[in-house]
Amino acid sequence: MSRPGRDDSPDRLYTVTGGRSRANSTAFDLVTLVVSEFDPAPGMQSEHRAILAMCRRPTAVVEIAAELRLPVSIVKILLSDLLAAGRVTARHPQPLPTASSLPDPLVLEQVLVGLRNL
Amino acid sequence: MDSAISDSAADRTPLLSTTTSALKIVVVGGFGVGKTTMVRSVSEIRPLNTEETMTQAGQDVDDNSAVRSKTATTVAFDFGRISLNAETVLYLFGAPGQERFWFLWDRLFAGTLGAVVLVDIRRLADSWYAIDRLEQHGTPFIVARNDFGGPKHSLDQIRDALDLAPQVPLIECDVRERESSKHVLITLVQYLYTLSTGDAQRP
Repeated sequence: MSRPGRDDSPDRLYTVTGGRSRANSTAFDLVTLVVSEFDPAPGMQSEHRAILAMCRRPTAVVEIAAELRLPVSIVKILLSDLLAAGRVTARHPQPLPTASSLPDPLVLEQVLVGLRNL
Repeated sequence: MDSAISDSAADRTPLLSTTTSALKIVVVGGFGVGKTTMVRSVSEIRPLNTEETMTQAGQDVDDNSAVRSKTATTVAFDFGRISLNAETVLYLFGAPGQERFWFLWDRLFAGTLGAVVLVDIRRLADSWYAIDRLEQHGTPFIVARNDFGGPKHSLDQIRDALDLAPQVPLIECDVRERESSKHVLITLVQYLYTLSTGDAQRP
């Protein structure tokens, strides 16, 4: 007996993304905040409709993935399509200047204030 | 709109519409060490779970033959969030420390502020690998010993066993308690602050 979903899910994912398994850009981070610019409309792919409905308020990529129960990389492909079509905008996290550099002290101060107020 | 979307949307707590920036902190630890408990105790949402897949050797796959051959590795992780103010939200990720996960570290956690290594004194060896990899990635981290009762060891003994550099903060916690989890996060961010203002040597 095989695990439920084990055999059908690759096909499903393949269909969702129109056959692609990689986003053509690495523009989306796990915590890029996505905002809808359009309402979901009939005739759109159901995943696109779900994303547009969810992102009326800013929503992180990882929350979209959890909500849609799709792997993060698949969601990034869907989002690239929506972004290219102008249906969503993205608020990207500020990248650190280099991979091993440290965050801005001003940002850290804000984080400390926020945490202490919890 | 179909009802499935509306139903799931009803369970969600959306971010404020003024939120413009998001930050990440990763909690790393072995199975059962309390990562999800820690995320739950401070998160404003019920922890969610998602997954990422990686194809073997990370090569580009443009045809469906590779998708069908099931060479993909899937890693699952939990997360929660804390809205720090009207503009900024902090995402907390619980990541298993096991080896295969590190292949995805850069893709998932590039740009993370820092990491908390959560350790269980009964299974200290579980965290050796995570500590090595964080050092290698140059990701600043602190170590927090989650209290499961059991034998008492001094923090010095734990520091020795983990071969931790003297400047890396090592604290005790009980992640079931919100205040304790908060304290762990504050300790990490204070440490990052010290590092970023140059008051201490980088590990």
